[in-house]
Amino acid sequence: MQTNFTAEQLADPHVAESEAILRRCVHCGFCTATCPTYVTLGNELDSPRGRIYLIKDMLENGRAADAQVVKHLDRCLSCLACTTTCPSGVDYMHLIDNARAHVENTYRRPLMDRLIRNVLAFVLPYPSRFRAALKLARIGKPFGPMLAGFAPLKPFAAMLTLAPVTLPQPLPQQSQPLAVAKRGRVAILTGCAQPVLDPRINEATERLLTRLGVEIARPKGEGCCGALVHHMGREEQALNFARRNVDVWTREIEERGLDAIIITASGCGTTIKDYGHMLRLDPSYAEKARRISALAKDITEYLATLDLPPLESRGLTVAYHSACSMQHGQKITLQPKALLRNAGFAVRDPAEGHLCCGSAGTYNILQPEISAQLKARKVKNIEATKANIIATGNIGCMTQIASGTAMPIVHTVELLDWAYGGPKPDKLS
Amino acid sequence: MSDVISFLPPREKVLARRSTIIADLADLLPADCLVHEPRELVPFETDAFVAYRRLPLAVVLPHNTAQVAAVLKYCHRYGVPVVPRGAGTSLCGGAIPQEDAVVIGLSKMSRILEVDFANRTATVQAGVTNLSISDTVGPEGYFYAPDPSSQLACTIGGNIAMNSGGAHCLKYGVTTNNLLGVKMVLMDGTVIDLGGKHLDSAGYDLLGLVCGSEGQLGIVTEATVRLIAKPEGARPVLFGFTSSEEAGACVADVIGAGIIPVAIEFMDKPAIEICEAFAKAGYPLDVEALLIVEVEGSEAEMEAMLSSIVEIARRHGVKTVRESQSATEAALIWKGRKSAFGATGRIADYICMDGTVPLSKLSYVLKRTSEIVEGFGLRVANVFHAGDGNMHPLILFNANDPVEAAKAEAAGNEILKLCVDAGGCLTGEHGVGIEKRDLMLHQYTRAELDQQIRVREAFDSQWLLNPSKVFPLDGRPQTAGAV
Repeated sequence: MQTNFTAEQLADPHVAESEAILRRCVHCGFCTATCPTYVTLGNELDSPRGRIYLIKDMLENGRAADAQVVKHLDRCLSCLACTTTCPSGVDYMHLIDNARAHVENTYRRPLMDRLIRNVLAFVLPYPSRFRAALKLARIGKPFGPMLAGFAPLKPFAAMLTLAPVTLPQPLPQQSQPLAVAKRGRVAILTGCAQPVLDPRINEATERLLTRLGVEIARPKGEGCCGALVHHMGREEQALNFARRNVDVWTREIEERGLDAIIITASGCGTTIKDYGHMLRLDPSYAEKARRISALAKDITEYLATLDLPPLESRGLTVAYHSACSMQHGQKITLQPKALLRNAGFAVRDPAEGHLCCGSAGTYNILQPEISAQLKARKVKNIEATKANIIATGNIGCMTQIASGTAMPIVHTVELLDWAYGGPKPDKLS
Repeated sequence: MSDVISFLPPREKVLARRSTIIADLADLLPADCLVHEPRELVPFETDAFVAYRRLPLAVVLPHNTAQVAAVLKYCHRYGVPVVPRGAGTSLCGGAIPQEDAVVIGLSKMSRILEVDFANRTATVQAGVTNLSISDTVGPEGYFYAPDPSSQLACTIGGNIAMNSGGAHCLKYGVTTNNLLGVKMVLMDGTVIDLGGKHLDSAGYDLLGLVCGSEGQLGIVTEATVRLIAKPEGARPVLFGFTSSEEAGACVADVIGAGIIPVAIEFMDKPAIEICEAFAKAGYPLDVEALLIVEVEGSEAEMEAMLSSIVEIARRHGVKTVRESQSATEAALIWKGRKSAFGATGRIADYICMDGTVPLSKLSYVLKRTSEIVEGFGLRVANVFHAGDGNMHPLILFNANDPVEAAKAEAAGNEILKLCVDAGGCLTGEHGVGIEKRDLMLHQYTRAELDQQIRVREAFDSQWLLNPSKVFPLDGRPQTAGAV
């Protein structure tokens, strides 16, 4: 597609990157068909092609973001279904990243919007703050429906609705000796929200890997991957999270070596695999970040390399929900299902598997109405499989889908841990 | 932006009333159905023929036929031009608006209303995507046959407007052969039903008239289409040749022998490389031209047809013959083919031609096409429905270079004229739109074109429906904003 930027504009590396991405787009419109918001709202402005055009117009004219443009950019889930569909190879992910940073730098949001975003950015990336906030939310939960009556307070209502009534307590950490000869050494991202909401996921990961002969490194000091604030356009905060993790893992690599950095939340995986790109303009981090990104592996991606033995059928059917960050962000589509089948589970693909469940980081809080419609659609498709269990690889999807169905939902790795000698997941008891 | 093709000058009276029109439309429709902020209109300024762009006056996105009728009635009363839009995937600018026009987008009307297996029909809203019909009836063993390459995104309303085709139309025919009925809103807001669930209707075949009328006779809001039972089996087979001419001659001989496979698709070397890089379908990279031939039926039927085709291909020195070995591989072969245009975006901007030629002229036209494009110093990739003689040369250029862009357009015009001169026509399936409008007198005599214009005027005497398209601006009646 033709673009219209001056040489002066192109001197800004972010504009130059956006321009190169825009040049790839031929405006064919294929992306509209698989975009959850276009399918839901039926408006070009809420499709990838529409947003690409809005961004192009804003950047070409060197204009600050305004309420109309922000409305449509905010509605993007960053599910990246469009990048799977796009035949032209338009790098929508980095275009919308640049646009969000532009919005953050040039647009003053209305008061309530600013407030909710500040709260999210202050609380979510920090486990202790998040745990405290969830305790408070339990007290506030009955007021949720009342808040939902006022448009500006809807995000708060959505937060209260999503907040779980009880939180599972982490089990005491046990370092078990390797059961078999050592096959590798990995770090597992602890992350931020997941250990609070569901510590069982990483516990299952550690048990399974240990049984398989993989040594678990526990580097001190890592934290949130930065995705939550990155998707809000808060670039500096996101880069600081990234730098901290790069430092921690780099030290571990240099001191004792790492074969992989294992991620059990695919939303985080997409971001960590992008550290190399995010920090490319920072000379003191570019090289280190590239190395970290190359080592980042989703747990299923890593397990697929370990040749797990095939197991007898367990007589259980699993509906596999592929998180957007898994299938579109990281293009991991086959391994999780192959591992489950190999472990004796029958696997079913829900219809419209390419469509987002509406979780999308903080989207279910910031865009509760669209998110609720997507959740209902997703749950209907999953329930139609008549499976016994839902398995997925992202904590956000787990929380979102669990709030809409009585079917038990677990992380893929919890089923694999169970199949290969671990305990039965709590949620299935 | 290119400016070789002109649009009608905007009606000053309409522009002057802009704010009143927007306020009135806001009264007619729910808030989520009206787009009028200048920023928000920009993404509607073009479709997939992106070299031309015009901002509309407003965009409406109705939920139902009644809302479409209310808007049309209003626009009719106040003389406001209207441009219908489906998914905006037109390659000839069929959905490009103009400054004084209200765009009526059907994208919110995307429900499948009824599937009737007993009568083998589906009734759908016009904004339903082509592929979603087949996806819906697929589990019951049926499909909707016309399959434009953009079928993932394009709407059935747009398909009817352009009488769209696709790879599998060689056997099953194009949209008009698979359309049984429509609900249509006339320019004055009257709602009429044409056709039904039967193959023919009493009286004039107005349905046939509407199919391919490019949104100039009314706005279709619902369609009843024919469903076809899936064959027992289907298999794409790749035939690689050492020259485009040989591949073209092979197609002519296959069809000439009375063999009609489901599809015969052609790709030349540049197209093969583009599609293979995207789809990794296993297309042979060591040949100059590739035919994708799909056969279907029982194993015995497929074998019999294939062996006759292989025999003909051998006479044309076919270099490789490879059958797809699995459903996954077959899907990849079609994914690559159907993504060809978009995938071309990875290497260059392009405009896509749509001329159709008699099969006996295929080799000659391919050769001349290359010469024409090379004469302008540009590159071409060919990927098209060879069995139908429906050619799609993709002329590659740099859209940020105005000189190259003008050359690409000029080369395109020469190619289209070549197709007409070879005994073919300007458009096989994409429609005339804005792109081929000024070439219509190369295809038709004035008298022939005037007869089409009289039909158009019988439906829309004020020339409000998609007025800049199809008919050259010269020689139009005064009411049509003749220049």
